[in-house]
Amino acid sequence: MSGNPTDDTPATPAVQNSEDRRHYMLLFVGLAVLLVALPYLVYPVFAMKVLCFALFAVAFNLLIGYSGLLSFGHAAFFGGSAYVTAHAAKVWGLTPELAILAGTLASAFLGLLIGALSIRRQGIYFAMVTLAFAQMVYFFALQAPFTGGEDGIQAVPRGHLFGVLSLSNDLTLYFVVAVIFMAGFLLVYRVMNSPFGRVMRAIRENEPRAISLGYQVNRYKLLLFVLSAGIAGLAGGTKAIVFQLASLTDVAWNMSGEVVLMTLIGGMGTIFGPIVGAGIIVSLQNYLASQGSWVTVIQGVIFVICVLAFRSGIVGVIAQKLRINL
Amino acid sequence: MKLTKTVVMTSILALVSGAAWAQDPIALKLGVLNDRSGVYADLSGEGSVIAAQMAVEDFGAADKGMTVEIVSADHQNKPDIASNIARQWIDSDGVDLILDVPTSSAALAVAEIVKEKNKIVMISGGGTSDLTGSKCSPNTVHWTYDTWALGNGTPTALVKEGQKSWFFITADYAFGHALEKDASAAVTAAGGEIKGQVKHPFPGQDFSSYLLQAQSSGAQVIGLANAGGDMINTVKQASEFGITQGGQTLAGLLVFITEVHALGLEAAQGLMLTDAFYWDQNDGTREWSKRFAERHGGDMPTSVHAGVYASTLHYLKAVEAAGSKETEAVMAKMKETPTDDPLFGKGEVRVDGRATHDMYLFKVKAPADSKGPWDYYEQVSVIPAADAWRPLDQGGCSLVK
Repeated sequence: MSGNPTDDTPATPAVQNSEDRRHYMLLFVGLAVLLVALPYLVYPVFAMKVLCFALFAVAFNLLIGYSGLLSFGHAAFFGGSAYVTAHAAKVWGLTPELAILAGTLASAFLGLLIGALSIRRQGIYFAMVTLAFAQMVYFFALQAPFTGGEDGIQAVPRGHLFGVLSLSNDLTLYFVVAVIFMAGFLLVYRVMNSPFGRVMRAIRENEPRAISLGYQVNRYKLLLFVLSAGIAGLAGGTKAIVFQLASLTDVAWNMSGEVVLMTLIGGMGTIFGPIVGAGIIVSLQNYLASQGSWVTVIQGVIFVICVLAFRSGIVGVIAQKLRINL
Repeated sequence: MKLTKTVVMTSILALVSGAAWAQDPIALKLGVLNDRSGVYADLSGEGSVIAAQMAVEDFGAADKGMTVEIVSADHQNKPDIASNIARQWIDSDGVDLILDVPTSSAALAVAEIVKEKNKIVMISGGGTSDLTGSKCSPNTVHWTYDTWALGNGTPTALVKEGQKSWFFITADYAFGHALEKDASAAVTAAGGEIKGQVKHPFPGQDFSSYLLQAQSSGAQVIGLANAGGDMINTVKQASEFGITQGGQTLAGLLVFITEVHALGLEAAQGLMLTDAFYWDQNDGTREWSKRFAERHGGDMPTSVHAGVYASTLHYLKAVEAAGSKETEAVMAKMKETPTDDPLFGKGEVRVDGRATHDMYLFKVKAPADSKGPWDYYEQVSVIPAADAWRPLDQGGCSLVK
């Protein structure tokens, strides 16, 4: 990403002073209240789906917002983790939290392998390399004996949290998912505002200067990539437990595209943008399901409008209007 | 006529059992869950909704004190969307029966939810024989076809006709492998011989090298263990190579009439296939299909549409006989009452959930023999219900004792 970065990515929020910090605290409390109220407003399983995709988009946004690296293969981490989690919960009989942890670690490791090779390139080459790796993961999921081919892994038990708390009730599971989501989200926020985050911003703005200052740029990028992959894995593993299945949909390239769409619509590089974007896309898919082929048409129209009218995304535009970071 | 007779019969049955009439009207909600925008939209889609509506009307639900509402949704062939809709339908919308569900992965996912929530699913579009095998459920009824029946039907029938040597072109994924395995076993069991097989990547575009291999193998039959776009491309390219004109038979293991419609007779002529239903079979199917086509923009029904109609009808009869929509009672009635409808004739719903009926081996007509659109098949032979389906004890279903 050369040239003027503000053209491509809206100003990434950085907490500069105590006033900023206060308004973030308020927003987080607001988000927490919304999370508690959500299952009483909408169908809990739908709410969980939104949260899983929101966390996935947050993970994706962490990478593109902070390094300018457009990964077109994030489905590999999301779906890869879903498969590992489903297998761990169903075949190895692990409790759900351990299964999700296994999935998260697996996709972080996968992120290390893929990241180590792909961060050597930038821009379209990086996107293509990640897409190529993701297709390999897809092929693996299609052919490997434990993934069940195109049927996927079905009937994954939701199990008991820590071996005691049954998750078969949708509402109970919802609050577990909400906690996972909030934890992942706060982790990303923390990373963005850590010294590490500042270095990442410096690298994105001017990579040669960061190198001249003595930073090992590639190590920073790799670490960010692994973090993003791990959080995407957390989202995918959680989704596998919620829907009790892992399928090819999760690793297909469409999924990589969908997360790009969510992030762009919500606002790339904003903290809340991916959540809003995920909410919109998942709602469209859900509530327009009876409209048939119109879903994809409407999605396309929204995307075009977004790109033409407000390139910084919904949250990005609101943030500019209100002159605050969101 | 047959229909009204059955209705009268079941009404009498219900009267005799003394359950039905004393109660309040039964309010039913049926959900047709299928692909309305993707590759299976033609063979399921809106047509399945029309078929379900026709079943409700033909049954005369309103006169029998039942109110039936039909809802529909697009699962986009994604199991997670399918399971989400199924959950929501059952939990918040009060759906009693889910119908159709093409794509095996979506069908398996929905069957799992329905079992957990103790409702009923009647699959017509989904094909995997696991639904009534290792993953069978007391809440699932599987109509129309399954991979075992297709894998066995065409090979067995063709070997009996003297087409003994086979070569398979197989899509390289679990579905293709399973189909080829079943089909090879059927060929060998019927006394045929396998000349070879080749796997193609899924999804594939260029099938010429596989077709040339198949051509030079000298096999009498080239079996296509693939589906959808792969199958269509293979058949098109085979016609360009003049394979059927060269004396070899092309046998599609999973072919729907909408796909033949898309291919056109020029390319598809001579293709052998097994299906459960063809509109132009007898007066019953013709009469129904004509009514269906009037409401479906002139397009004739597929076997999947017919299956949705027949399964809805059987469900409504069972509800009437049971006098309630309570799952156990309705499932018990569905399994103990023989199935009988104008489209599939007589059959039964087995203990593992498999609905059995005759299957048919069809040959696609040459353009000269066709009288017009949708006049595509000639019937080669009937595969009787007893031979068409996987024997109960071989499925590994836990409901079979």
